[in-house]
Amino acid sequence: MALTNEILKQKLSDKFGEQLTEWDEQYGLLTVRMPAEANLKVIQHLYDAEGFQFLTDLTAVHYPERTGEELCVVYHLHNLVENIRLRLKVYVPVEKPDVYTATKIFSGANWMERETYDNLGINFVGHPNLTRILNVDEMDYFPLRKEYQMEDPTRLDKDDEMFGRGGSI
Amino acid sequence: MGRPVQYNTNMKLSPIPEGYSGEGFMATSFDKVVGLARKNSLWPLPFATSCCGIEFMATMGANYDLARFGSERMGFTPRQCDVLLVAGTIAKKMAPVLRQVYLQMAEPRWVIAIGACASSGGIFDSYPVLQGIDQVIPVDVYVAGCPPRPEAILDGILKLQDLVHNESLRRRNSPQYKELMESYAIQ
Amino acid sequence: MSEQTQHHIQLAEESLAKQSTTLNLGPTHPATHGVFQNIMEIDGERVLSTVPTIGYIHRAFEKIAERRPYYQVTPLTDRLNYCSAPINNMGWHMTIEKLLGIKTPKRVDYMRVIIMELARIADHLICNSVVAVDTGALTGFTYVFQWRELIYEIYEEVCGSRLTTNIGRVGGFERNFTQVAWEKINKFMEGFPKVMREFEALLNRNRIFMERCIGAGPISAERALNYSFTGPNLRAAGVDYDLRVAQPYSSYEDFDFKIPVGTTGDVYDRYMVRNDEIWESYKIIEQALAKIAKLEQEDPTQKDVFYAPESDHYHLPPKQDVYTKMEALIFHFKMVMGEIDVLPGEVYHGVEGANGEVGYYLISDGGRTPYRLHFRRPCFIYYQAYPEIVSGGLLSDAIITLSSLNVIAGELDA
Repeated sequence: MALTNEILKQKLSDKFGEQLTEWDEQYGLLTVRMPAEANLKVIQHLYDAEGFQFLTDLTAVHYPERTGEELCVVYHLHNLVENIRLRLKVYVPVEKPDVYTATKIFSGANWMERETYDNLGINFVGHPNLTRILNVDEMDYFPLRKEYQMEDPTRLDKDDEMFGRGGSI
Repeated sequence: MGRPVQYNTNMKLSPIPEGYSGEGFMATSFDKVVGLARKNSLWPLPFATSCCGIEFMATMGANYDLARFGSERMGFTPRQCDVLLVAGTIAKKMAPVLRQVYLQMAEPRWVIAIGACASSGGIFDSYPVLQGIDQVIPVDVYVAGCPPRPEAILDGILKLQDLVHNESLRRRNSPQYKELMESYAIQ
Repeated sequence: MSEQTQHHIQLAEESLAKQSTTLNLGPTHPATHGVFQNIMEIDGERVLSTVPTIGYIHRAFEKIAERRPYYQVTPLTDRLNYCSAPINNMGWHMTIEKLLGIKTPKRVDYMRVIIMELARIADHLICNSVVAVDTGALTGFTYVFQWRELIYEIYEEVCGSRLTTNIGRVGGFERNFTQVAWEKINKFMEGFPKVMREFEALLNRNRIFMERCIGAGPISAERALNYSFTGPNLRAAGVDYDLRVAQPYSSYEDFDFKIPVGTTGDVYDRYMVRNDEIWESYKIIEQALAKIAKLEQEDPTQKDVFYAPESDHYHLPPKQDVYTKMEALIFHFKMVMGEIDVLPGEVYHGVEGANGEVGYYLISDGGRTPYRLHFRRPCFIYYQAYPEIVSGGLLSDAIITLSSLNVIAGELDA
């Protein structure tokens, strides 16, 4: 029997019970939130038992207004055999953005996690080489967080008012 | 039967510079001869990073044929080249590399900034992107476009040829030039 | 500045005591076709290990996308994989369509398929001819580039631009294909097989080429999957995963085509997979042209369908109306200034780009710009396997492996 969102949801609820919350199914993609300390357990179970052996994407989102859970790490897993996708979310506070690394399960997670660290400052615990990858090594902030502006803050060459960029566009 | 031979009659020779000529000799100023020689044998160094580099490949290709203008040979070592063609976005991480390449080139050297990114940062008005390569090295010709069409790149090279042709031999020793180099902290 | 100047040529201190040599390849090395830096440990001709450094053209696409209205994100997607920009453009438009629930008419789907498959052919032509250049055969490169120019002319006729196309709009195209565009497509379809066969005759069974490529830079299917490979590189390793079949978009389910797969995942397999995909793309375009002709024959009004009717709110009004009607002018102004209403929501949409699954993870909060937009960039994900692939092989194999993986710097660094 083909794996569908309903069956998968049932199976995961049976296995993990209350740990998985905020079930959602926008545009046909099953989404679930898992606690930060259990993320590897869930992913490993999905890898071993449910055939989600392909990590499509890993990224993070910054929600400054969600106090206590500002950063959200998003995993997109794919079961290539059943051809079904799953989105997993982990929320962590911005003061202590610790998430366990998925590099032990997926080799491909290595750079994706480094990129996420580089842009949003998620601390992937256990990552073999969690250093900046895209930005210059000297950078001392995480530029994709919402409080930082797009333009270089030290820039002097362009007058913001002349370019209509003084506001919050 | 011999193969039919075709001659390309649609050629343009560089005009002989003005001067005094008689039987078996010609006298003209050194500037003009050197300018003429330099102009028609510019060796480009393509410093292609992104999209503009692909258009530059098209410029080198058979349809547009950069070789017609004496830039037949792409050199990939800065020590041999005269023109640095910067095609594509230069990020701040890349800027020291670009500067290093420029420093390795021997005088006289020229720089063309191909495309909006190299000229001004283009649409990438963001923290990792250098807002125009003229912040780290002096630029002679800017080519507009995102990316510029191959014709535009050719036009930029022809503009540079004009500059090279008319450049005084003493320019690189002039105080203005030294001041320019100083402003980029190049000795 | 002088401190930074020396920054990129730092060598590991212990390298002096070692038997092996440290070789810095890049970031502006001519053989790497882009800005990749690899600090390699080599023992003679063998690569012991390599440490890639990337980010030399990082441009913060994702940050810029948070400050740009939806239509202004399209030019950003152009510059991801600039060798096949239309696929990225249409992937982005399809993401917004998914978010808004717009269903495009069949004719639009087929027109998109034509453009996307042309883009795939152009991309694969570049990749394969560059592999040939790196093995020492420049002829094929100059030869097929003339035909790539024809593809560019088609783009130019459709959207006005050659390389970074910004083609299409939400719900379809900005204007119908002109007669000239159709003629150019037909001209391409007529002449291309001959050129492609000559290109194949030059390389496919060429002894020198085969001996250079076979066995160079292989990767197993297990490792490729674990590294999240997609696209031709995964298929060369023997996994028949193709989003056009697995999760069809833009009516790909109507087409009859094969997914070529390799066995060993080496350079030659990657080359052959791309080579066969060019032919499959050619067949898809043929079918799409026939399907459009059939649609138009059955219903002549179909000739004027080039965008989804329900996407009217996201589509610029005709230019003659803008000059004569006030509502159209106001609407045009609103559209151009990016004041289009979108729904809040989260959507992931993947398309089969020329290099693999190009994914758009869009979070919209209903504002005029995306709240967060993440691009799944296939090059970035599979380039991390490069050290594992080339370690133990020859240095010259490392070069052709890099070009056969088809890592595009713009997509790698975003």
